[in-house]
Amino acid sequence: MAKKSKLPMDGIAKCPTGIQGLDEVTFGGLPRGRPTLVCGGAGCGKTLLGMEFLVRGATQYDEPGVCVSFEETAEELAHNVESLGFGVNALISQKKLAIDCVQIERSMVEEAGEYDLEALFVRLGQAVNSIGAKRVVLDSIESLFASLANEAILRSELRRLFRWLKDRKLTAVVTGERGEGRLTRHGLEEYISDCVILLDHRVTETVFTRRLRVVKYRGSTHGTNEYPFLIDRDGISVLPVTSIDLKHAVSDERISTGIPALDCMLGGRGYFRGSSILISGTAGTGKTSVAAHFADGACARGERCIMFSFEESADQLTRNMRSIGINLGRWVDKGLLLIHAARPTTFGLEMHLVKMHKIIRDFDPSIVVVDPVTGLIDSGTQAETRSMLLRLIDFLKEKQITALMTTLTGGAAAQEQTEVNISSLVDTWLLLRDIESGGERNRGLYILKSRGAAHSNQIREFLLTDHGVELRNVYLGETGLLTGSARVAQEAKDASQALLAEQEIETRQCALDRKRKAVEAQMAVLRLELETEAEQSRRLIAQGQIKLKKREQDQDKMAKSRAVKEGTRAGNARSARASEDRR
Amino acid sequence: MKKLATRAVRKQKKSEKATWELRLYVAGQTAKSFQAFANLKRICEEHLGGRYQIEVVDLMKNPELAKGDQIFALPTLVRKLPEPVRKIIGDLSNTERVLVGLDLRPRA
Repeated sequence: MAKKSKLPMDGIAKCPTGIQGLDEVTFGGLPRGRPTLVCGGAGCGKTLLGMEFLVRGATQYDEPGVCVSFEETAEELAHNVESLGFGVNALISQKKLAIDCVQIERSMVEEAGEYDLEALFVRLGQAVNSIGAKRVVLDSIESLFASLANEAILRSELRRLFRWLKDRKLTAVVTGERGEGRLTRHGLEEYISDCVILLDHRVTETVFTRRLRVVKYRGSTHGTNEYPFLIDRDGISVLPVTSIDLKHAVSDERISTGIPALDCMLGGRGYFRGSSILISGTAGTGKTSVAAHFADGACARGERCIMFSFEESADQLTRNMRSIGINLGRWVDKGLLLIHAARPTTFGLEMHLVKMHKIIRDFDPSIVVVDPVTGLIDSGTQAETRSMLLRLIDFLKEKQITALMTTLTGGAAAQEQTEVNISSLVDTWLLLRDIESGGERNRGLYILKSRGAAHSNQIREFLLTDHGVELRNVYLGETGLLTGSARVAQEAKDASQALLAEQEIETRQCALDRKRKAVEAQMAVLRLELETEAEQSRRLIAQGQIKLKKREQDQDKMAKSRAVKEGTRAGNARSARASEDRR
Repeated sequence: MKKLATRAVRKQKKSEKATWELRLYVAGQTAKSFQAFANLKRICEEHLGGRYQIEVVDLMKNPELAKGDQIFALPTLVRKLPEPVRKIIGDLSNTERVLVGLDLRPRA
């Protein structure tokens, strides 16, 4: 269980606190074997941080710890953190935790001459030895300043105390009250210079936010921003603000939008997995419906999905989506869908973010829907909201979770501008808008951008039917886009035109047929004439031949009869007849 | 320098009227410890006559005892009786403060 906390890249050994997020901010934990100063105003969570450091150390890293409290009794302390689910008493009986309370009542103590604080060392040493402690919390040692008049002694003793802790290689958390113009009221930072963590809480526009900042960390890199943190049933969760570099792995996988026609518009395949999608539009344009389709589709594929609803309760959302034929309830029952509904004003912005982080971490979804992000503006200023969303998007991208967010654009605001200017943060942006024409208000959808994917440039009419969202082809008339009844009229007109055209084709076909038949008939007549003529010709030729033959025979007969009478002239007559034949 | 008796009840004057019960916490046989003990003894002699008893606790030997009386500084003198419990920290060199602390002098 015990982890080696040495980080080779960082020079110094670190002691993991086990506190959610703090180890990320400090790149591994607090400096091992050295004291760390945790300072902040009243009620900012110093004591809790200290106690969680000890409890996590004892339970997760097998490092027992000692808490020396100068403010509360052991029972109070145990009771206070018991409500956070830390079983302090059990740890004490297992000898993993020791609590010693140093109570000093000013009125009961008189100072007469030189003294030192050796007794504190003795008590601390006693407690450390009794359980073999590796961690120490001093909460808050500054109250000694209120109890003791001789500050010179106190200061030299404090110096000695921190030396003493270092010599024993104890990792210590020392808490101190925030002072005017400096970190602690009595300048503890003079003695503890290895690591200083500042806790802060403030109220901005009636919203309470806790923040944590690593002011310094000697010999180590650390996150320098103010990190919001949350105290809830599981203790402290610190939220590292932004991933410093844009390095999230990307996926080429595409996932369906849940609406086939919309998939077509997005190159036929839908969104990229792990991308962030924004759906913006004015009130009542169907943003939630498109989002619900996406969630429904994801759950149908067996993926896990969280819907953060900032406007409707889970039941209301389920009921409303049922009216367009989307049954979200069954996914909730199957445990695939989690609908987390909260009023934006319930918590501060950071609290929302930390809560969302926690829920996402616990549920481990592949898809997250936030409906609508604009609701969150109520919890903070616009700049804060933007930075929060940026962090959320970063977080989700890092985890390869596809995020779909809806945002409400005010009627008067420019359509292609989101309330919180997050459009540059998202990969795909769908815009839903009202199209007013012909005394009607209809819905239109188009894709404003889709990074890295081909997408349609069309404005499609968008219908909410009892079986979900439908996208219709657009009609562009002389007056522009046709929607609603104008589109229906256009469709009817188109249909009648088509009918006419069909009829014309048929007519032409018939005419052609008739023509062909007429021509064929004429051709038959001509052929018949030809044949008659040919027959006549043949007959004439045959008659001619018969005549010729007859004449020859006649001549032969005549010649025979002449040859009997004058034999010599016969030869001349024959040759004359032959030349006549040749001609 | 003679050794400080520790943890042993050291009755200075055996008396039935020993109504002052004092406990002196020290850490080890240091000059400061002896100094405190000497100062205490002197003050007791001067102001309490024989009505007191002093117990010396060495936290080096019995560190677990520091918790009970909520000791944080050394040396510390604890007036167990008469009640209420009073604590005086330091080597007791400031006699006036000691007397105030023991309620033998009114507070200024």
